[in-house]
Amino acid sequence: MTSTDTSHPDYFHKVVDCQWACPAHTDVPEYIRLIAQGRFTDAYLVNRHSNVFPGILGRVCDRPCEPACRRGRVEEKPVAICRLKRVAADHKDDYRDRLPAIPTQKNGKKIACIGAGCASLTVANDLMPLGYEVTIFEQFATAGGLMRTNIPSFRLPAAVLDEEIGTIVDMGVDLRLGHRVESLRALLEEGGFDAVFVGSGAPKGKELNIPGRHEAAANVHIGIAWLESIAFEHVQNVGKNVLIIGVGNTAMDCCRSALRLGAQSVKVMARKPRQFFKASEWELEDAEAESVEIVINRSPKSFVLEGGRLKGMMFEVMEYEFDARGRIVAERVAGEEFYPADDVILAIGQENAFPWIERDLGIEFDKWDVPKVDPVTFESTRPGVFFGGDAAFGPKNIIWSVEHGHQAAISIHQRCLGKPVSERPPRGMNLQSRKMGMHEWSYANDYSMTERRLVPHVSLKERFKKLNIEVELGFTAEQAAAEVQRCLNCDVQTVFDAKLCIECDACIDICPVDCLTMTAAGPEEQLRTRLKAPATNVTQALYVSDPLKFTQRVMVKDEDVCVHCGLCAERCPTAAWDMQKSWVKWPHAADQAV
Amino acid sequence: MTFIPKPKISHPSLPRNELGLTRRDYEGALSTLCAGCGHDSITAGIIEACWGISVRPENLVKLSGIGCSSKTTAYFVSGGHGFNSVHGRMPSIAMGANAANRDLYYIGISGDGDSLSIGLGQFCHAIRRNVNMLYIIENNGVYGLTKGQFSASADIGTKAKKGEVNQQPPIDPVLLAMNLGAGFVARSFSGDKAQLVPLIQAGLKYPGFALIDVLSPCVTFNDHEGSTKSYAFTRENYEPVVEADFVPKQREITADYAAGEAMSVMLHDGSRVVLRKLAADYDPTDAHASYDYVQQHIAQGEYLTGLLHCRPTVATEFHALNRTPDAPLNQLPFSALNPGSRQLEKLMARYR
Ligand SMILES: Cc1cc2nc3c(=O)[nH]c(=O)nc-3n(C[C@H](O)[C@H](O)[C@H](O)COP(=O)(O)OP(=O)(O)OC[C@H]3O[C@@H](n4cnc5c(N)ncnc54)[C@H](O)[C@@H]3O)c2cc1C
Ligand SMILES: Cc1ncc(C[n+]2csc(CCOP(=O)(O)OP(=O)(O)O)c2C)c(N)n1
Ligand code: SF4
Ligand code: SF4
Ligand code: SF4
Ligand SMILES: [Mg+2]
Repeated sequence: MTSTDTSHPDYFHKVVDCQWACPAHTDVPEYIRLIAQGRFTDAYLVNRHSNVFPGILGRVCDRPCEPACRRGRVEEKPVAICRLKRVAADHKDDYRDRLPAIPTQKNGKKIACIGAGCASLTVANDLMPLGYEVTIFEQFATAGGLMRTNIPSFRLPAAVLDEEIGTIVDMGVDLRLGHRVESLRALLEEGGFDAVFVGSGAPKGKELNIPGRHEAAANVHIGIAWLESIAFEHVQNVGKNVLIIGVGNTAMDCCRSALRLGAQSVKVMARKPRQFFKASEWELEDAEAESVEIVINRSPKSFVLEGGRLKGMMFEVMEYEFDARGRIVAERVAGEEFYPADDVILAIGQENAFPWIERDLGIEFDKWDVPKVDPVTFESTRPGVFFGGDAAFGPKNIIWSVEHGHQAAISIHQRCLGKPVSERPPRGMNLQSRKMGMHEWSYANDYSMTERRLVPHVSLKERFKKLNIEVELGFTAEQAAAEVQRCLNCDVQTVFDAKLCIECDACIDICPVDCLTMTAAGPEEQLRTRLKAPATNVTQALYVSDPLKFTQRVMVKDEDVCVHCGLCAERCPTAAWDMQKSWVKWPHAADQAV
Repeated sequence: MTFIPKPKISHPSLPRNELGLTRRDYEGALSTLCAGCGHDSITAGIIEACWGISVRPENLVKLSGIGCSSKTTAYFVSGGHGFNSVHGRMPSIAMGANAANRDLYYIGISGDGDSLSIGLGQFCHAIRRNVNMLYIIENNGVYGLTKGQFSASADIGTKAKKGEVNQQPPIDPVLLAMNLGAGFVARSFSGDKAQLVPLIQAGLKYPGFALIDVLSPCVTFNDHEGSTKSYAFTRENYEPVVEADFVPKQREITADYAAGEAMSVMLHDGSRVVLRKLAADYDPTDAHASYDYVQQHIAQGEYLTGLLHCRPTVATEFHALNRTPDAPLNQLPFSALNPGSRQLEKLMARYR
């Protein structure tokens, strides 16, 4: 294995596990430190730069960063990254004068975005400061997409949406509410736009075609449409016994909404055992805390009617066999069981649907009737027409939609500049030492043994009184102050200079987690087995130095469980190890050379 | 030094020894030595060694004198017993403690100043009396704690940090110990734990006086060009001649040794020290041959390292010689420890 090229922009980026896992590459440890210093507005802006909607995401992000968090590898629980984001959003001051100025002199290019969801809003956010004129067409009378119509207000209050969407719209976006695009051809031919971004989401809920579905139609609802009707107050009540079919995040929102509309018994019916659930663990916990029962191994067989009215559902009782890796290898129907129901909500998935896109516009669709979209440029097969968010590759989540929006904005800018969209602005990485004195660092390097703080919730008695009572209260000041100290500062990197090392062993002796070894050079697989502690997590890099001057051995660091305590650098007599903050440059449209 | 204590967090796969303890359970207080001091590496070696042979922390006695080296007893096995004596007097304390309780492991940590200047007499007598202890000299050629004056182990011609050159011949603790009849004499280097750790284990198990002279560079006062005790000089001139493996009694000797190359020395509890010679013309179990061999190489300017001399102990072990009771004094009945005033009277009468 040759020495590691740490100048590659991804090397140190990957060490910051949360930032690498975040689709928008939010500089998590940086904003956590700012919160620790009480600089909430600065923390908010670090977030906003990457993820655009910190207040929203601080409540409902899917948080791919948390399972990745290094803290989860050295102890049980990751840092509460998401809830700290909310702390920044809740306590920030007015920041609007710190956003990029919007040029009054426009650049003459007009962009249309279809749908006012997070993807389109991100495109507008990135292009408005560059002088573009952006028009967003939205079929409904409010902006926000599924964040508004499907994520219930007890998880995401309208005021938070209004504020963060308002910030973007106030940049001068031409927002056309209540304007459904019925024909893309018409828009392309008559709209006079230089580029079109399709951010119309994946609006079609999946059907369950089993006997009785038709006859029971009045009391069988498609989850996402039902949630939308609740948001628009078209639906205000539900029957006593409610069954939810499916166990993803939509199902969790449906069951909790049903409780708030007056249901007395709500059961979530799952085909498979718990380890196969799609819903996030924390959503399951919240639902179960509200006495929702989750029934496993029940496969829907038919809707049962009495006197033309839904009476309940018949389920097949499933049994599964697993292999050593826990995968299902065989399934068997062990019997049948009836569950009474006044209403049934189907929450078994969503699909894209583009009835308003003519199929002869040069936009190719694949065999599942999904448009062919380039995963890097987000351009369709028709130059100048881009897709992003759920409309691009099917339903994902808000943070992915935001990143799609950023990338599409880069492409749109390239197109309008007359440059190839495949040419992307380069990624980059800068390092800056955190040494302040002999043994002082400008970050809190001491490891905090504090356990993850739990966010307080509104009491079970209070929370059902109204549909829109936000259940989570956010961290208290004390909780936030403790939780920020759990962050390991993974962005403060251990950087090694082989020329300076005198091979005294000091760093190796002091490392609390046995990350470091000096050993003969060798191929990676072999090196991994002869380190001070075996490096079995191959998803984490080995940092291999140039040969050392006395013995020609190499210094090897297993990045896996380093807690960034800086002790190696503190013990090193020659400063061969240094602690340096990495600044990852993940470019946006504004970073493009003109 | 570092300014925050080593966090309690550890590698998830940290192995446990027979007592169920991890290496981290053998650590001590935060070291206040200079960052990069060789002594800290020796401390890490001691931690590794004690963990490896499952020494019960409460069965370890840590003794030292004065010096940076002598401070280090605080930095390992905080569950052990400790005593910092006055400068150069650690051997007396060791001897007294050892006389009172032979069931414990005794480890003495000293420096070249502590042992070869002010404490030279005590050092020699501890060897003569064959006190059952492991005696480690953390040898850096200077008085580190008092800011780098030459010690008695400084070589002729070596340069101090400010430039003056040493003119007086050094005392070599290895030759001295062999000369005085020590049965276990080793030299090692703080930067070579693969060599050092088995030596510490064997030394702790050896029934009698065991010396390890560990070259341990002082990064602050003796790590410059012109010094013969710097990291660079030691790396260049350090010559392992005999490797020692410590094999506990439960374990079979599994390593392959070329015929005639390895010899094994059995210790009283059934464990063994396997010596693997890197030089064919040398018999480390023979006292005279070892002495000559080491002396010749010193004359050529080479630091031989490894277990330079080891022989099964003879009956002159301290306890045998002094007919001390088998049981520790704290387990004897009061009447045996204190025969009473009438007996005292009788004794006194003999001297009147
Ligand atoms: C019940 C539910 C709960 C969810 N919870 C979470 C969560 O907690 N966290 C998370 O990260 N993600 C969650 N998601 C997923 C997330 O909401 C979506 O991934 C995200 O909103 C997609 O954003 P988008 O901008 O691509 O599209 P959308 O948010 O779907 O917005 C598309 C917009 O386009 C409009 N539109 C569609 N067609 C037209 C047209 N022809 N003309 C004009 N306007 C049109 C729609 O009205 C809509 O406003 C949830 C999804 C559901 C269904
Ligand atoms: C009786 C007495 N004399 C002198 C001193 C001053 N003194 C303190 S440490 C030391 C020498 C220590 O040298 P060494 O044992 O080599 O330890 P090092 O610091 O080099 O590890 C001296 C002379 C003292 N503390 N007590
Ligand atoms: S500990 Fe902090 S910096 Fe490290 S991965 Fe977790 S959140 Fe990111
Ligand atoms: S910062 Fe250095 S000492 Fe601390 S865990 Fe990482 S490698 Fe080990
Ligand atoms: S002065 Fe020398 S011997 Fe003392 S702690 Fe510093 S480096 Fe070690
Ligand atoms: Mg000394």
